[in-house]
Amino acid sequence: MESLIVLYGALPYLLRGSLVTIAVVAGAMMLGLVLGIHLAVGQVYGGRWLRRAIGLYVWFFRGVPLLVLLFLFYFGLCSLLQINLSAFTVSVIVLGLISSAYQSQIFRGAIMSLPQGQFKAARALGMSDGKAIVLIILPQALRLSIPGWSNEYSIVLKDSAVAYALGVMEMMARAHFVASRTYEHLPMYFAAGFLFMILTYLGTKGLRILEEKVRIPGYSA
Amino acid sequence: MNELFFLQPDILSALTRGLWVSVQLIIPSSLFGVIIGVTVGALRVYGNTVVRAAGDAFVLVFRGFPLVVQLFIWYFGLPHIGIYLTPFAASVLGFSLCSGAYQSEYVRGAFLSVKTGQMMAARALGFSGIKTVLFVTLPQAFRRALPGCGNEIIYLIKYSSLAYMITCIELTGEGKIIASDSFRFTETFMVIGAVYLVLTSVAAWILRRLEGRLYIPGFEQYS
Amino acid sequence: MADTVPILRIEHMTKRYGDKEVLSDASLSINKGELKVLIGPSGGGKSTLLQCINFLIKPDRGRIWLDGTEIIRAKGKALYEYRQKVGMIFQDFNLFDHLTALHNVQIGLVRVRGMHGKAAKERAIQELDRVGLRNHMHQYPAELSGGQKQRVSIARALAMDPEIMLLDEPTSALDPELISEVLDAIRALRSSGMTMIMSTHQIGFAGEVADELIFLEKGSIVETGPPAKILYDAEYPRTREFCSKITELYANSSS
Repeated sequence: MESLIVLYGALPYLLRGSLVTIAVVAGAMMLGLVLGIHLAVGQVYGGRWLRRAIGLYVWFFRGVPLLVLLFLFYFGLCSLLQINLSAFTVSVIVLGLISSAYQSQIFRGAIMSLPQGQFKAARALGMSDGKAIVLIILPQALRLSIPGWSNEYSIVLKDSAVAYALGVMEMMARAHFVASRTYEHLPMYFAAGFLFMILTYLGTKGLRILEEKVRIPGYSA
Repeated sequence: MNELFFLQPDILSALTRGLWVSVQLIIPSSLFGVIIGVTVGALRVYGNTVVRAAGDAFVLVFRGFPLVVQLFIWYFGLPHIGIYLTPFAASVLGFSLCSGAYQSEYVRGAFLSVKTGQMMAARALGFSGIKTVLFVTLPQAFRRALPGCGNEIIYLIKYSSLAYMITCIELTGEGKIIASDSFRFTETFMVIGAVYLVLTSVAAWILRRLEGRLYIPGFEQYS
Repeated sequence: MADTVPILRIEHMTKRYGDKEVLSDASLSINKGELKVLIGPSGGGKSTLLQCINFLIKPDRGRIWLDGTEIIRAKGKALYEYRQKVGMIFQDFNLFDHLTALHNVQIGLVRVRGMHGKAAKERAIQELDRVGLRNHMHQYPAELSGGQKQRVSIARALAMDPEIMLLDEPTSALDPELISEVLDAIRALRSSGMTMIMSTHQIGFAGEVADELIFLEKGSIVETGPPAKILYDAEYPRTREFCSKITELYANSSS
């Protein structure tokens, strides 16, 4: 079974690609998280113009395809703004910006699902709005967001394969690289696909464990 | 000077050609996606153990593999077992199956959310099985599935751009060619992005209108 | 014994939502150690009035004096400091769901008053002890009964050393058998000399502990006076009507 031999030989190469994939996904998810929280807080507690601006941002990054944005940023904006960023960096940034738009809606939903009384009680104690948001609202909202975030993770993980179009040597790119030289397309793509599935499984399992660890006894909003 | 670039006939016709290909990709894929989704979703709820397991396996794989990988399998992989698909055909196949898997999740959830009490009441009134499905289960399940399935179609509009990666030249592909030739990357992709934005926004608007039309007070809560 | 300057005085408090005036020209003053109770039908403005006093609701009109000093358009730091001096107890308890009872009481001390963790913890335990919940301090709100939750919220408010406490229907969300423990806590507060304004449907209790009853209906203060007068011998017909219905229902409510 020649295919299996090729597959076996290519495995280390593929697995190193999974590190690239993980790096891209981790970077994008973190960027999306930090931005997403700010956007969500802005959308829930901000003034009219802030909310509109954020709405526009979310609409844009959820409406334009990933591939188009990758090309736009990598080929277009980079030369326009004279910045020299690697394909990897651009991929992380674009995936992160798109994810921040989706994540902001997850967090926003969680914040809005909290009873109003939590904020009132914080204010009644004399907390500023900022303190109330950081100490009272976000700890609860973020816990509620874990399932949605887990879902977003699995989406970003699969989307990371598109970075191949910019030449980022993640799993998909490497699978294609080997396949086009050895003509073992099916085994390589299936291998890549299963690796993606394993990463998805590990990630969502990890997040479920996290959810259990931070669960508040008796809490069910 | 810049603005006139896009009004040049050959550029415009290339973009229009690309847009037409995109539309030709999106519409059949959505249709097949919904059909596959409804079928698989129904089988996963009402089928026997084997059928359900098969359906679950199908969804596991087609939601687990990235769409890019699936497209590559259809276009580059199938020739190894003697099936040669055009980039277009491979794209539609890939989109339909992948979208179908995601749709089936929403359909399954929708069927499961219809309370069994509803069906029992229908039977008690004398409804046959078919009538129960047609007049009680489907109207409710449809409303529940609509937001999710509708959103999947909107995703499809965006993901159709990936057809470029298996050399199917749709809107994004045409854009890349034009931009590479003229070095006007930013403008080209901003225009292309705008076109997709319009497409997704219109689709989202239609979806909202549809949801509004079918709205029943108090019905949104899942059981 | 009336002190020279009332702890709290409000004048002409008004709040409008759209074209509906939910609070009209409400004025009252309260001296140190007094307990005044707001009574009246639901929607009459009791909750709005209380929440205007600590600016959880921004009144359209009205002036407030705390201990003789007027609170002018309070914003930012001044507002937060003012709120520390005015404690509030909510009908729905509003304990912070992600914190234990101890941390609920502690958080205001640490994050608002800037106390050090150890001192704050000691004070928090002290307050929980006062309301009899020392043994529950490591439990989360979801693990506590309604009465326990309300007592924790009393401890939380007291830890801030307020000059006055506002109680917004403190027992309305409680099962009947849990009401008495909260009423006991309020009685204890009264005996220790805390100034309080409370709104409640517990007329019997109000009659027992209040220095003055204030009858609010449709946003306006209809009548005020000592409990005996308001409940059984009110001047205004509407007051008599309300009180006669209520005293029938709640004749034996004080436990």
